[in-house]
Order: sequence, then C-alpha cells, then structure tokens
Amino acid sequence: MRKGQNRFIAGFLLAPLTLYLIFVIWPYIQTVGYSFTNWTGQSPVFDFVGLDNYTELFRDDVFRTALWHNILLLVFIPVVTILIALFFAFMVNVGGRSAAGGVHGVRGSGFYKIIYFFPQVLSLAILAVLFQAVYRSDQGGLLNGLLMKMGLVDANSPIEWMNDPDLVLWCLMVIIVWHGVGFYLVLFSAAMQSIPKEIYEAALLDGAGRAQTFFRVTLPLLWDSVQTAWVYLGIVAMDMFVLASTMTPGTGFGGGPDHHGEVMATVLMRNFLYFGKSGYACAMGVVMLILTMIISVITLRATRRERIEF
Amino acid sequence: MSTPIKEPALTTGDSIPRQRGSKRTPGPGDRRTEGLTLNVFSHGFLILWAVLIILPLLWLLLSAFKTDAQIGGSALGWPTSWSFDVFGRAWDKGIGDYFTNTLIVLAFSVPLTMLFGAMAAYVLARYEFPGNRLVYYFFVSGAMFPVFLALVPLFFTLQRFAMLNTYQGLILVYVAYSLPFTVFFMHSFFRTLPTAIHEAAVIDGASHTRVFFQVMMPMAKPGLLSIGIFNVLGQWNQYILPSVLMQPQTSGESEKYMLTQGLIQLQQQQGYATDLPVLFAGVAIAMLPMLVVYLSFQRQIQAGLTAGTMK
Repeated sequence: MRKGQNRFIAGFLLAPLTLYLIFVIWPYIQTVGYSFTNWTGQSPVFDFVGLDNYTELFRDDVFRTALWHNILLLVFIPVVTILIALFFAFMVNVGGRSAAGGVHGVRGSGFYKIIYFFPQVLSLAILAVLFQAVYRSDQGGLLNGLLMKMGLVDANSPIEWMNDPDLVLWCLMVIIVWHGVGFYLVLFSAAMQSIPKEIYEAALLDGAGRAQTFFRVTLPLLWDSVQTAWVYLGIVAMDMFVLASTMTPGTGFGGGPDHHGEVMATVLMRNFLYFGKSGYACAMGVVMLILTMIISVITLRATRRERIEF
Repeated sequence: MSTPIKEPALTTGDSIPRQRGSKRTPGPGDRRTEGLTLNVFSHGFLILWAVLIILPLLWLLLSAFKTDAQIGGSALGWPTSWSFDVFGRAWDKGIGDYFTNTLIVLAFSVPLTMLFGAMAAYVLARYEFPGNRLVYYFFVSGAMFPVFLALVPLFFTLQRFAMLNTYQGLILVYVAYSLPFTVFFMHSFFRTLPTAIHEAAVIDGASHTRVFFQVMMPMAKPGLLSIGIFNVLGQWNQYILPSVLMQPQTSGESEKYMLTQGLIQLQQQQGYATDLPVLFAGVAIAMLPMLVVYLSFQRQIQAGLTAGTMK
C-alpha cells in the first residue's frame, strides 16, 4: 500500500514536473548563466565575460531610457487603474443604497460588469490593431475624428498620437487602463460582496455618508485585494511588450519615435533577434527579473496592514 | 463568512436616524431625492465608461464594411455598402489558416494542461510526502515572472529539440507555461473536496489512479471548467511565445502562424498594401469566438479569474 502510494505520487508528478523544468525553470536559470557571456546566439562558441554585459547595460542610454519608462508606467498604471476600478466597484456594489432597503448596487450593475470585463478576454494583439486605428494620425482615426467634429482640433494639423514623443507612452498607458479596469472592478466587487452587510448597516445607522462608508469601511476591508491588484499591475507595467513593439514606430520591435516609446522588453527583443546579442539580452532579462522581485516585495511590505478578519 | 441574518426592520429608508451636519445627508425625508441625484451622478460615469468600451469596438466592426478611402476619410462616416465579402477575403488572406493553426494547437494544449495540471495539483494537495511544499512553491513561483525573460534560452532549447515552428513544440511550451496557474488553482480546489468519498472508494478497493480519474475528477468539474476556460483564453490570446517560436526557420518552410501573430503580421503588411477593411474583418473574426465563449461563460470566467488572485 505504502509503496504503491509512492509510485503513484512519482508517476503523477513525473510528466508535469519534467515539462515544467525543461521549458520554464531551466530557461530562467539559463538566462542568468548566459548573461555573463558574449554569446551571439548563432555560433555555439562563446566566452565568459563576467559582468561586462551589466556594466555595458548601465552605460546604454537606450536601455536607461527604457528602464525609466517602465518605472513611469509602474507608478501610473496601477494608480490610475485601481482608482477607477475602486470607484466603479463602489458604485456598482454599494452605490445604490437609497431605495427601500439596505445596501446594494445601482440598477444594472450586472450589465455593467459584463461590459466592463469584456476587454479582458481580448488579446493584446487585437487591442494593438484596434488602437492603432483609434490613434490614427489623420481624420480617419477615431480620436482625431471626434476631436475635429467637436472643433477641438484643426483638421489640417491633427494630433500625431503615436508619433508624438510626449504622447506615445501615455497612449500606451491608456490602452492598458482601458483593458484592465473591468477585471479589477470584478476583483474588488468580489471582495466587497464578501463584506458582511451588517457592517454597512451599522455604518448607515451611525450616520456615515457615502464617502465615509467608502474610506472608513470599504477600503480598509478591501486592502488585501488592492495589494494583490498592485502586484499584478506592476507585472503588467514591467511587460508592455506586445503593445510597445507593435504600435510604436521604428524598425525592430518599435520603440520610437526616437526611443520615446521604448520599454525594456522592446530593447531586449531587439538585441536578441535583431542585433544577435543574446548574452546582452539575457543580462537585461536578469535586471528585469530582479526588478520584478523587488516590486513584489516592496508592494507586499509597504502595503502590509493589520489584517482585518470578518 | 457572512451568516444569513434576517433583514433588520430598521433599514427601511426613512426610519434611519440621520446625523445632522454630515455633508451629503440633508436630513430624514430627503433620502429618496438624495439617492436620485447621486444615482444620476454614478450612472453618468458608469454609462460613460460603458460607451468608452463599446464605441471603439463597434467602430472597428463598422470599419470592416467601409472602403479604404472611407477609412482614410472621416472617422465618423457610416459605411455605404454592407457587403460581407470582406470577411471572406480576410479568411483567404490568411486568417483562415491562422485560425486553424490556433485550433490545432489548442485542441492538444488545453486538455494536456488540464490533465497535467490536475494531476500535479491533486498529488500536491492530498498526499503527504517529503518535499511536497517545495515542489508546490516551485510550480507556483513560475507565475510571477514575465514569459519573455526566459525567451532567449527557450528559443535555443526548442532549436536543440528541432521543435521550432512545429505544433508539438508550441503545444509543450503552452502546457509548461500554463502549469503554474493551473496547479495553483486546482490545488486549492482539491483541498476543498471532502475526504469521506475518497476514503470510501479506497475501502472499496479502488487504486489511487482510479480514485483520481473516477472519483476526484468528476467532483472537481466546476473547478476544471473555470480553469479550463481560463486556459483557453490565455492560450488563444498568447502572442509573445508564438511570435518568437513559430517563425519559418528555412526559406522553404511553411509558416504556421497563430491567430494573434497572424493579425499583427497582417497589420504590418496592410500598412503597405492598404487593404485595411480586410484587417478589421480579421480582427472581427478573431474576436467572435472570444465573444461567444465570454458571453456563455462570463460567470465562470469572472469567478475563476478573481478566485485565482485572492488568497
């Protein structure tokens, strides 16, 4: 019996674990190893160069710009997405408490949840095509078309959304927020619904207004989910590859205009597949790996509060 | 969790004593109107966001029916002819092939993900053995990092196995990268299943394997459904993995693009060929299955995704 059990455990773990080791864990480990070499990817010969890749990396202006952009996105994407999602989640779940009984959402909240969540099931490739059309730099683009109709933009000098160095990054950010709000709305809604109604009713009895209810009751009880959301959005902000590489101008995975739309992922891929600098690209991967870990740890620590059980 | 408690009679609107001086609550009796104005306010924002979601998608769909000249003209123009030819053209331009390729890969990768994920999660959730926690965290930690950090070595691993630009290569990679979340999700699910039935089956002489397939898997159906849809969505939408691993390696080799990858390809070609309606029709075709899956399973999808992010 005991022996059979061990064989069963081993048998069940063998295939998944092997696959996982070969295709996930091993490449991650290799990334670290290759980052210390001058490997080009094409030839099997390469030398150990120590920390050369890393010192080069920090002298690389393009990479530094990209790093800075990622940090910018890291601050703005979570803040904006979480604020909007919290606002809507509160509206949808607690907003309509005026009528006859207790606490409940506004009418049609189920409908809103369905609509808002939909962008989440679309691939980023579809979003790239969609927003490329929205951001078109002539009156055929949805944004420019609308702005011209309202008379806010002159038809002869439309806004060059993706070609404007000052706008390109924000344009990408808007897409991520548009895509993400629905998901975090649903996430926060689930958390809000698990808060016992009696707590709201007690707050109501004590005469708390909507704003007070939100800041004193809902938000503290939701803190766990907000923290999770922050980590997830942080990972999204570190990535950005699909949108930046397909939507920004420039050869070899975008990044334009003049590196203003660059993120670390586009620089990494260009070095890997265009310049054939695999070792160098791996060093970038390691830097991003470390950054991702730092973000997670900081977020989890900085937002740690007394956990409220209910 | 919250215990079902009888609605207290007090909560009926007007009988609640209001505190004087609090900003948004003018006083008893005014509750109805207060709610009304605030509801108009909140509905305003809610409707605005709904429009912001629907409008671009609808506009893109309409653009598929326009001509190139109309697309380049005013964004607010209405299509003049409603010909569905464009969808056929898009299908022939490659969308059809990309669609089939994606279906072939997913037909294998999703069931394999579910099987392997459930097997590992089951063993880790319900059996005590040395190293159990270690293996579990090992699996789950993979969900933490962006895929493309491992992309360079992954590319060469597949090259060594001669699996670049092959279905089986991509299938295995999809399965491997879907395991962390699947194991994590199914692990917590298997933990919630009652042990009594398991024990009864063992007493009746069922083997471990048999218990898994004939007792536990059927009981885990709701969980399997949620994570199954999640994996379908995730793998259908995957872009980075195919765009690096599914490129023709020699000039004679045929391309086996996935749908997302093909769309971007088409977009880049259309930049020169100027047949944008075809591109938009392609997007519509790519979007349709997701729309159907979403509308039929939206409850499970929302529940599954949120359950995965909460402890």
